[in-house]
Amino acid sequence: MPDAIILEHVWKFYGDYAALRDYTLPVSAGSCCALLGRNGAGKTTLLRILAGLSPFQRGSVRVFGEQPRSDKARRQLGFLGHGIGVYEDLSARENLRFFAQVASLRDTGATVESWLERVGLARVAEMPVRQFSRGMRQRLALARTFLHNPGLLILDEPFTSLDDRAIAMLSELLTEARARGATIVLSTHQLREALAIATHVALIENGRLRYAGERTEEMLNDPGLLYRLHTELGGA
Amino acid sequence: MTPGCCTGCTPNWVAREHRLFAMRTLRQAISVARKDLAIEFRTKESLNAAGAFAIVILLLFSFAFDPAAEAVREIGGGLLWLVFAFAGALVFNRGFARELPNECLDALLSSPLSASSLLIGKAMASFVLLLGVEAVSLAVFGIFYDMRWWIQPWQLAAVFVLATWGIATLGAVFGALTVNLRLRELMLPIIIYPLLIPLLIAAIELTNGLFSAEPLKPDQLLWGRVLIVFDIVFTALALALAETILVN
Repeated sequence: MPDAIILEHVWKFYGDYAALRDYTLPVSAGSCCALLGRNGAGKTTLLRILAGLSPFQRGSVRVFGEQPRSDKARRQLGFLGHGIGVYEDLSARENLRFFAQVASLRDTGATVESWLERVGLARVAEMPVRQFSRGMRQRLALARTFLHNPGLLILDEPFTSLDDRAIAMLSELLTEARARGATIVLSTHQLREALAIATHVALIENGRLRYAGERTEEMLNDPGLLYRLHTELGGA
Repeated sequence: MTPGCCTGCTPNWVAREHRLFAMRTLRQAISVARKDLAIEFRTKESLNAAGAFAIVILLLFSFAFDPAAEAVREIGGGLLWLVFAFAGALVFNRGFARELPNECLDALLSSPLSASSLLIGKAMASFVLLLGVEAVSLAVFGIFYDMRWWIQPWQLAAVFVLATWGIATLGAVFGALTVNLRLRELMLPIIIYPLLIPLLIAAIELTNGLFSAEPLKPDQLLWGRVLIVFDIVFTALALALAETILVN
């Protein structure tokens, strides 16, 4: 499999503080890479660099052979960060229609309606998002991220504070995305959910890559194993 | 493939790619503008603030100075454009601040939307909102200052459109630059007013000339060129620097 993402010797500084140190990681096309690490390890920084949202000082990053900010890379990208990325004063339908137009989707109306059905928001499609519950907002955010069938999904702690219905939906969407050949990079603290989907694992600590490799059965049976073996603090 | 990316491309192919790129940028910009206007007409956050500010200032000045007809012709343009410039700051402050809740700016920047489309879309939305405030202000100005501003309507409309687009573009560029500053409401006017001076002088000169009910003289028409050059320069700057401003 060719590499969808290639990070080589990437350094990222916030002032004098190195948030990423000499980070090198290839992610092959069609794989699902779970980015693990404790708070402040540098996971979000790395994902923002991959999504073209944050500049870096040294090294090189290629997404499908292009710069992360290139038109080609952004056309294939679905990004879900800490925020849900939808407008409170627009309805669910208006939000999805706007993002479909921005992505220049062909059949905007039909695509939006099918996603509203899929995430269970068709009945409240005209309601402003500010009146939505947390779960409804999260489902709308998922629809926004997956709307244009992206070839690369970058998800920052996507399982955090999801209800069981949304977790099931996200897992299903990720499985489908993998089946159609999409590459997935996700950061998470929910080891069990992430490892169940992941084909590869990267462990990051203090901005340094501590481990990168395929996800093994051992990891599935004992999700804390990686931390114990490869971090300075071990399982503490 | 971006226009002009390889040496083997024929001029026709390059021209076609440029045209497609421009069309896509414009289409995306219109989507952004429509979205911003939909939110603004729903919340009326900046419309209420800018409209109320403009009307109150015009009313206060009319009572404070009780100007005679001749004086109004001389100061009318200046008064109006200063009010529009200050009202504009209230509109621009909301432009990019609207993208902060829920990290919508990240969602936009990681989408296929180009940074230049985003910036031009923001300028378009501010342009429409500011024109609305100007229309209401002109009506109030006509009533309280007893000024027949509609004598040369098309020329006046052209001046308003050109000057407002210049203000809106500059506001969008610096609105993007200051969006993450804690004191953005303070910083934005401090930055944009000095840069607006040539545009405001041109708009004031032309508006005063049109209020005098006489055809514009050749030296006054030069100010029209200043407006056009200002618009072209800042629109080009917005398109060229959008990526740097918004991402870096």
